[in-house]
Amino acid sequence: MAPARDRRNVGLVTAVLLAAAGAACSGSADGDRAGRTAEPDQRAIVALDGSSTVYPITEAVAEEFQREHFARITVGVSGTGGGFQKFCNAETVATGASRPIKPSEVTLCAEHGVEYVELPVAYDGIAVVIHPDNHWATSMTVAELRALWSPDAQEKVTRWSRVRTGWPDNEVHLFGPGVDSGTYDYFTKAVVGQEHSSRGDFTSSEDDNVLVQGVATDKLALGFFGYAYYAENRERLKLVAIDDGDDGNGAGPIQPSPTTVADGTYQPLSRPIFIYASKQAAERPEVDSFVSFYLRNAATLADEVGYIALPERVYGLAQQRWEQRVTGSLFAGQGARIGVSVADLLASTNSGAD
Amino acid sequence: MRLTTTESGAIRFGRRAGPRWEAAIEGALLLCGLVSVATTAGIILLLAVETLAFFREVSLPAFFGDTQWTPLFAEKHFGIWPLLSGTVLTSAIALLVAFPFGLGAAVYLSELASQRVRALLKPALEVLAGVPTIVYGYFALVFVTPVLQRVVPGLAGFNSLGPGIVMGIMIIPFVSSLSEDALFAVPPSLREGAYALGAAPLSTILRVVLPSASSGIAAAALLAVSRAVGETMIVSIAAGQQPRLTFDPRVPVETMTAYIVQISMGDVPTGTLEYRTLYVVGTALFVLTYVMNLASRRLRSRFQELT
Repeated sequence: MAPARDRRNVGLVTAVLLAAAGAACSGSADGDRAGRTAEPDQRAIVALDGSSTVYPITEAVAEEFQREHFARITVGVSGTGGGFQKFCNAETVATGASRPIKPSEVTLCAEHGVEYVELPVAYDGIAVVIHPDNHWATSMTVAELRALWSPDAQEKVTRWSRVRTGWPDNEVHLFGPGVDSGTYDYFTKAVVGQEHSSRGDFTSSEDDNVLVQGVATDKLALGFFGYAYYAENRERLKLVAIDDGDDGNGAGPIQPSPTTVADGTYQPLSRPIFIYASKQAAERPEVDSFVSFYLRNAATLADEVGYIALPERVYGLAQQRWEQRVTGSLFAGQGARIGVSVADLLASTNSGAD
Repeated sequence: MRLTTTESGAIRFGRRAGPRWEAAIEGALLLCGLVSVATTAGIILLLAVETLAFFREVSLPAFFGDTQWTPLFAEKHFGIWPLLSGTVLTSAIALLVAFPFGLGAAVYLSELASQRVRALLKPALEVLAGVPTIVYGYFALVFVTPVLQRVVPGLAGFNSLGPGIVMGIMIIPFVSSLSEDALFAVPPSLREGAYALGAAPLSTILRVVLPSASSGIAAAALLAVSRAVGETMIVSIAAGQQPRLTFDPRVPVETMTAYIVQISMGDVPTGTLEYRTLYVVGTALFVLTYVMNLASRRLRSRFQELT
């Protein structure tokens, strides 16, 4: 019967369409790596996520690790906040963070019974940048940055002349990371004094390349982001030297550089960046060896991707902290602390704690 | 399927379909139509529910009376005007570009061009509408804006001028082909009358054809603007992401569509006030384009009555 045959054809077509749609969906969600392997991947999967700032190092470590070990490392980029959401939900075994864990995230992890080991992996200096043709704002004090970025400045401090007398009477165009980013959290805490508090009338983007593009093409612009993005675009940008008014850590305005970030004179915008690894997941041998591998190789790979390696001693202390499974945060779950030495904190809490 | 001619001369399909099968096909086709209606209804419902939830927390005066838009920051302001001004500014620039060029092209194609030129130019013009908007976006950002920066003093890297112009180029085919339809619909007798009175071709076009097609042309312009208002990729890439109440085309702005993109890419938790701003802006956008489409339809039907 003709209609019956037709109906079967319709069914067939539908099935093909559904299969195609299904393939399209899974293809876009899972990347092409899964699509290439014909048979199911037998390797253990180590899932990581977190900060876009930490991502380049983690990705480099994962690449090296997979060369030597029979495991598959997946690294997502959800931002520091989004990364902790997944980590505390036990969806990932470790997460990258460009600021220490916040109280709300400590609570979230506790609710799900996830215990974490906090491990510094490198230094970053938040670079404040201007257009290469900007000849006036080559150095700024923290007070001037605060005047420019605080919530009170909104709709008021809109001209360079309002920041320092003598500067041109032109509009200032501001560029900064999105409010979900750890860099935004750290900058607001260090400069404005309160985390997550800033003016709202600036170009705010989660994509650091948008910020680079904005500042590099606008003579009246000022922006801030991780040092690696400056290092990659140094001929298109100019650094602002920052004066924190404290001569104890270097007198006068200081530009960020691997040296000034590592020796602690680029203050208050130098910060350690971290990975947080789950104590429960560490019982899996591949997770344990991945984290150890990370700490052994972070120094070399941080340099390679544009960050600043921690002192050798700090990696040793971090390795020790991991082996002892010292859980909790060096920052007492209070979020970012400005101008703190990771080495001192690690040394004071490693032995005896927990 | 093979077509056969029956003795009575009527064309019949090769296979005789039963009435039940016929009804099934009808039902399936109706379903296809309903999909779009149901989708629209679903979108309106979703927008309405979330928008109402938003206005339970934020008052209408705070939405329409404030001149700052900073829902993601510590000091929250919910004034829609900065986003609206960004949208209006980029769309106005687009129309300033698209209208003269589009109308000029339409007049040329409909009144002056020979058949051969027409057959060549018309598809070429319509290719513009087929370029992916992300390509236009980067075209505005890395080509048009740097070129403009050489002539326009104080033009920022993100601005409304570059993307506005590029968006104008994109909507030229909308203006030209809809205006051309309008010009084409002007009865030849009007033109012939003008020529009979001794009018030159140019004054015939300017004084007779264009005025008679004016409501059709206005409808074309409105439809093009509504396309520009809804355009997302070009302005997200090239206009910046800074909500700013300004009509200065040289500085970074944020349009309503760019704001929606910005929120969708972040980690805003569902169910929060920040999340609902997405729907409020969506509703505003929907109302804006709907009103313009409606006005355009009105104008067009008036035009059809006239001719």
